[in-house]
Amino acid sequence: MDIKDIIKPENKVYGKTPVLKDAVLHYCPGCSHGVVHKLIAEVIEEMGIQDKTIGVSPVGCSVFAYNYLDIDWQQAAHGRAPALATATKRLMPDKYVFTYQGDGDLASIGTAEIMHACNRGENIVVIFINNAIYGMTGGQMAPTTLLGQVTATTPYGRRADLNGYPMKITELIAQLEGTCYVTRQSVQNPASVRRTKKAIRKAFENSMMNKGTSFVEVVSTCNSGWKTTPVKANKWMEENMFPFYPLGDMKDR
Amino acid sequence: MALRGAIVVDTERCKGCGVCVVNCPTQTIALSKEVNSKGYNFLYMENPENCTGCTNCATVCPDAVITVYRVKI
Repeated sequence: MDIKDIIKPENKVYGKTPVLKDAVLHYCPGCSHGVVHKLIAEVIEEMGIQDKTIGVSPVGCSVFAYNYLDIDWQQAAHGRAPALATATKRLMPDKYVFTYQGDGDLASIGTAEIMHACNRGENIVVIFINNAIYGMTGGQMAPTTLLGQVTATTPYGRRADLNGYPMKITELIAQLEGTCYVTRQSVQNPASVRRTKKAIRKAFENSMMNKGTSFVEVVSTCNSGWKTTPVKANKWMEENMFPFYPLGDMKDR
Repeated sequence: MALRGAIVVDTERCKGCGVCVVNCPTQTIALSKEVNSKGYNFLYMENPENCTGCTNCATVCPDAVITVYRVKI
């Protein structure tokens, strides 16, 4: 059978969703942000909520998320996305409101905002991209950087006595009464991408049920910050990040 | 019943990260020797007869450049 006979519109099984704009993503090759953007766009398309979704983009690499998803967006001050999402959701309870934050944004400067938004049980979705480094600013140590991990500001590896311990923010969030769904996922292979998509869909559905905050952490790679290739970064993540940040649902009610 | 598949790659948007290549179960795809206008070695079907249209490559693609087609024969 010739390739030309296969490539016909009626045989199409997978393609770019129209919720994702045609703009070329500014992310480095192999960046996990692209996959998560795509999954959010696919969930929005499947649920048919493109005109009812408001995203809040953070400061960090994903600050330009509003250029890529064809929905309404707001851009928050550094770490303040949950505060902005709280106001948005309270003023417009019929909208699906989500924040999209990295680990520098959510786990460092925005720790107070995320803790209190989750503790209040705001009916929002929080997508948390944890790549254990500050990607946008050149690979400095983040609160989530692993012990021994080399970054621009810990050239001999992170030391507990000098830099403290990596922060398991998702475990902390899971203890708060206001959250209804807390999970940690990844996007390095097809199976994990499909699991993450299910988690994001569930989180969006929860946000309309008045159950509380849904929190989806995605353990991600930053191959530029880690100074490696995309494929090796995925391997490094499996070997080093997963033992410390185990995948799975922490809370589901 | 066998499945035959094919992919179409948006070569100008492909960044040649190679995540799809290691996730292809049938060794269909590879990065080309040629480059696109940004200088990336884009994805192409090296062994098109192997493709089953499983969508694994498109699922893991961070830039959503792969469209997958599949037929039953």
